Amino acid sequence: MRHFLILIWMVALSFSALTVPAMAQNMDAPIQQLMQTHGDALAKASRKTIQPAIDALTASGLPAAQNVMERWQAKEVWRHKDTGAFVIAEEIDRDTIRIFDPSDRSEIGEAEDKAYKQLKPNSGVRGMIAAALVKFQLTDADARVRVTALDAISRDPEASHLPALRDVIATESDPDIATRMTRLERLLTIQFGADDAERIAAIAHFEGDLGVDARAALNPLVTTRVQAAQERPDTPDVLGPITPGSDALSRMDAYALLVAENLAPPLIPPGEVRAALIRNIDGDTVAGVQVATLSTDAARNSAFATLVEQGLAEPAATVQEIDTALDAFQFFEVYIGAPPTVARAAHDVLRGIEASVALNQTADLALDAVSLASIYFLAAIGLAITFGVMGVINMAHGEFIMMGAYTGYVVQLFVPDHTLSILLAIPLAFMVTFAAGVAMERLVIRWLYHRPLETLLATFGVSIALQQLAKNIFGTQARPLTAPGWLDGSMVINDIVSISYIRIAIFILALVFLALFLIVMNRTRLGLEVRAVTQNPRMAASMGINPDRINMLTFGFGSGIAGIAGVAIGLYAKVTSEMGADYIVQSFMTVVVGGVGNIWGTLLGATLVGTMQKGIEWLNPSNTLAAQTYMILFIILFIQFRPRGIIALKGRAAEA
Amino acid sequence: MTDTTSLFPKYAKSRPVITRHPSVLIFIACLALFTLGVTILSEGFGIGVISTSFVKTLGKTLCLCLVALAMDLVWGYCGILSLGHMAFFGIGGYAIGMWLMYARTEIIVVQSLAAAPLPPTPQEISDGIATQIFGVVGASEFPPIWALAHSLPLQLAAVVVVPGLLALIFGWLAFRSRVTGVYLSILTQAMTLALSLYLFQNDSGLRGNNGLSGLQNLPGLDAVPQSVVSIWFLWASALALGLGYLLCAWVVSGKFGSVIRAIRDDEARVRFLGYSVEAYKLTVFTLTAVIAAVAGALYYPQAGIINPAEIAPIASIYLAVWVAIGGRGRLYGAVIGAAFVSLVSTWFTGGQAPDVNLGFYTISWVDWWTVLLGLSFVAVTLFAPKGIGGLMDLVPAGTPDRHGAALGPDDSALREKEADK
Amino acid sequence: MNTLLEVSGVSKSFDGFKAINNLSFQIGEPEMRAVIGPNGAGKTTFMDIITGKTRPDEGRAIFGEKSMSLLSMTESQIAQAGIGRKFQRPTVFEDQSVADNLMMALKKDRSPWAVLRFRPARDDHAAVARLADEIGLTDQLDRKSGELSHGQKQWLEIGMLLAQDPRLLLVDEPAAGMTPAEREHTTDILVQAAKTRAVVVVEHDMEFVRRLNCKVTVLHEGSVLAEGSLDHVTADERVIEVYLGR
Repeated sequence: MRHFLILIWMVALSFSALTVPAMAQNMDAPIQQLMQTHGDALAKASRKTIQPAIDALTASGLPAAQNVMERWQAKEVWRHKDTGAFVIAEEIDRDTIRIFDPSDRSEIGEAEDKAYKQLKPNSGVRGMIAAALVKFQLTDADARVRVTALDAISRDPEASHLPALRDVIATESDPDIATRMTRLERLLTIQFGADDAERIAAIAHFEGDLGVDARAALNPLVTTRVQAAQERPDTPDVLGPITPGSDALSRMDAYALLVAENLAPPLIPPGEVRAALIRNIDGDTVAGVQVATLSTDAARNSAFATLVEQGLAEPAATVQEIDTALDAFQFFEVYIGAPPTVARAAHDVLRGIEASVALNQTADLALDAVSLASIYFLAAIGLAITFGVMGVINMAHGEFIMMGAYTGYVVQLFVPDHTLSILLAIPLAFMVTFAAGVAMERLVIRWLYHRPLETLLATFGVSIALQQLAKNIFGTQARPLTAPGWLDGSMVINDIVSISYIRIAIFILALVFLALFLIVMNRTRLGLEVRAVTQNPRMAASMGINPDRINMLTFGFGSGIAGIAGVAIGLYAKVTSEMGADYIVQSFMTVVVGGVGNIWGTLLGATLVGTMQKGIEWLNPSNTLAAQTYMILFIILFIQFRPRGIIALKGRAAEA
Repeated sequence: MTDTTSLFPKYAKSRPVITRHPSVLIFIACLALFTLGVTILSEGFGIGVISTSFVKTLGKTLCLCLVALAMDLVWGYCGILSLGHMAFFGIGGYAIGMWLMYARTEIIVVQSLAAAPLPPTPQEISDGIATQIFGVVGASEFPPIWALAHSLPLQLAAVVVVPGLLALIFGWLAFRSRVTGVYLSILTQAMTLALSLYLFQNDSGLRGNNGLSGLQNLPGLDAVPQSVVSIWFLWASALALGLGYLLCAWVVSGKFGSVIRAIRDDEARVRFLGYSVEAYKLTVFTLTAVIAAVAGALYYPQAGIINPAEIAPIASIYLAVWVAIGGRGRLYGAVIGAAFVSLVSTWFTGGQAPDVNLGFYTISWVDWWTVLLGLSFVAVTLFAPKGIGGLMDLVPAGTPDRHGAALGPDDSALREKEADK
Repeated sequence: MNTLLEVSGVSKSFDGFKAINNLSFQIGEPEMRAVIGPNGAGKTTFMDIITGKTRPDEGRAIFGEKSMSLLSMTESQIAQAGIGRKFQRPTVFEDQSVADNLMMALKKDRSPWAVLRFRPARDDHAAVARLADEIGLTDQLDRKSGELSHGQKQWLEIGMLLAQDPRLLLVDEPAAGMTPAEREHTTDILVQAAKTRAVVVVEHDMEFVRRLNCKVTVLHEGSVLAEGSLDHVTADERVIEVYLGR
């Protein structure tokens, strides 16, 4: 019963809405008054006539003005055909609209669309509305709205934004936003400035600026087009001549340009000879030649020549004809992006910018190289201990790195807080790999001291076993080792130079390791004993040092550091069972290039290898594989000249 | 001085090489019997007990034995633990693969162009082949290194020349700067890594990580069934292995063998005897690189496909594993090691080995074989440095002539020498 | 007697320690020379320089009629030019038979290709047998040299040295660890060899040096302290001081 009543009420309501139009509307509201004042201009908006209406709306200071203009822009303002009242409306279906009062956005009801006429501003008018709206947004009380507006403008700048921007700069209270506004104003002036002088002044403002937006604004100004003429005109927009056949313009492109400007006859497209011959096949001959003999270009060309003689095909331009045509014309570039004075100013500023961009790119590359070097250093430092100090070659070193990374992953499974889990993972990874290292030293390496080649093979056996074991336990897909949130993002120095915090962390970690190594080796009893055992095991033994114990601890220490390095590398790269193998050759290279037995050598080696790789990548950015290839080749050559590495052990021991 | 002729030593009794090294004769006989046996049991020529795919596996194993022989010569005899010989093996495979792929694609392209209204020009055929071969890496032109691919004799020459030259240049650089021991191993590993990374690129001209495929189809011999082709390759592989074995035995039997074993044990001393150690190492390194390449050229047509992963450093390390397990410093040891490990590997990883159910966990050999291999390798290195071939020493020698024992290294002596490095 | 080897103004330092200091030395052909000196006098480094194992920092070393500069040659080139060296610790190829060791040392074309094709002829076997007789190892020819006694290894190495037929022999403490009878035989072999070539013997044992009955050079702190007959040098004040201490 109750439902029924509601239904009836609704039907009644809808009837009333349809039949009693717009009665609830407040015709006296200031916004409505204002719109009525410009009623005809609004209803029949054109670019020429609408500006006063827009200005009036903008200047009115009415709170509803912005909404009305937005709706207007979105073609949602309708006008009653009889009363002339403006409403805001949404289409419900083909025939029905829901109307709102423009003054306070209150719903009036539904109406038949026949009674109203939709205001349809054309695109030009919409642009003017948008420009006017920008001013509303730029003066919005909410700073975020203003920033969004600035974003929108810089994404898609228009001439109309310029005056709006200029008007609001003076009143902007937030200094950051004011700076942005000024910069944007300059950028827009470059593009839409009223005269050349103004634009040139704006261009000069960006001398040496590294912003991508500055280059984006300047680059279109210096756009050129290649043109051809009998004589190179001497107008200011013409740049120097171009020779066809140079890198800038191939001969075929030059000829195509002549053809496009109807200065030369078109070339026969490739395949035309073949197509013409096929078109003219008559039985098994073409132009009197047996089809079967046309298996060489020479035969085909001669048959085609016959076709041309017979008028069955268009003659192809000969090489001589192309040459003559190209010789007859001069090719040159013309500025098409801006008037020549502006273009030249932009060109000069751009050149300056490019120089400093190159400089900053070098700096960025150096940062990249440093961070890659720290990764190599981290991967190699454990090796510098086991290989460099003890002379034990450990092919399973990479797998210790992997074990460290998986330890980090497992810790994260149990400790969801990333900061805490990393702090836990580092000592745990050290312990796990320390234990693994000690176990391996006790079980395998101890029996193979002084047999380096066999150590290499035995540790390789351990390496493949560990790798497969990891695959069996964790599967083949990469496991995530997530960095704490405070390591997300990167430190941005300018538009070109930036470095992610994780890389900075790895760099710092590398420095910490270096310090740790130096302290352990030079300041502790363990370090003293390690050095003693390394230099003369028998003498050390006779002085009460147990070489067995020292070897075990040293190996454990080196392996433990590999484990920590694994956590760091796992944060930066993916954790897979093969991640160790990816670093092992580079790690050995780092140690060998640096000079065995010297931690500074390892540091230098890592720097060299990292810089080399980044440098080669920069020369050939598309291809990191090639970079690695060439880097390895370089290292092989490097070892020719410094077989003992950068920092070579000197003295009698080295000569033996 | 006494009259020297009366002191003519008993060791110098004039005996042919074969009888002084009976193992060579035994080996050749075993190889011949094996080949004959497989032929009789094959589907192509015999009673069909052995499947064609298994014949291919056996043929491939013979090639692996050949490359293991090369590895034994360079490592077991000359002491250079090269981790690059599988790279030479792979280059051999690529060299022959280029011709196989080119020639077969040429036939297909010519057939498809035959339907065109005009007979194709050489350029059209070449473009067609290039599009077929390099379409997969988005290219349609022949890279310069394919310039010889149309010619079988030239590519066969490339099988020998390219790895030979590479080994010569690399070896010259490495030996000249007196890089030895583990450093040399690492350097050869780096070379291998560089090569495989290079081949992984799409613009290397060898189809990047797609590699070369369809190599099992011999151009122009589509009518011959694979069962027959597989036997042909088995014969070729057996012949190559036999000849390679004779060559290696000849090389190591005389004074050259003496010198390279001396280099292995104490290269500085050999220098003071007036031998140019670098030249000998270079000779052995290059010779073995060529043998490895020939083995590869026979292997990949049986495998059917070659890609850069085959060249990765791990493959060369596995090669060292085979030789070590078989017993280095004796030629038959290398062959036994390669045959045993690769066949057992095939058996385990092929899923034929029964899984072991421990109640709480089922050991699936496909997953655990590598673990077992790695650990057994450690065990062999630790407990049986002579490898499987060392078992032969347990067989009492027929005569008290101890000269035959020179086939194996004297372990205690070797260790002392290595300790000095 | 022509000058075979002339070393002049050679210096070599390791990490600031001057192992050889402006050393000059000459030896003719044939001649026997004993070099003595306390530990660290630079005897071994001196030999290392002549045989190409160590490059000196400065100085010259000229060998033979053609005045070859040894400092620009490799160890193997120097050995081929005719300088043979016996090490203090016997280093023979223990894995190989005595005959193989001698055969390898025999003066023949050393290039890999020639060695590859080399098959011992009757003459070669005869040469090996003669050498074995000379060093008393005839019965051991078939044995692995690793199985020999210490003294026998010393002999074998001397035999290998003779097999190279060098013009200059550098012999480092040949008599170490030998019985008196063995020493005597060694002396005989060296004296015999010195009849046709230059022999430099480094030795601590004065008795052995006396038996060689030759000119003696005393090294001290990397340079020549005294030179002359054994009686002459042992009478020298400075030599006594060096040997007996201050």
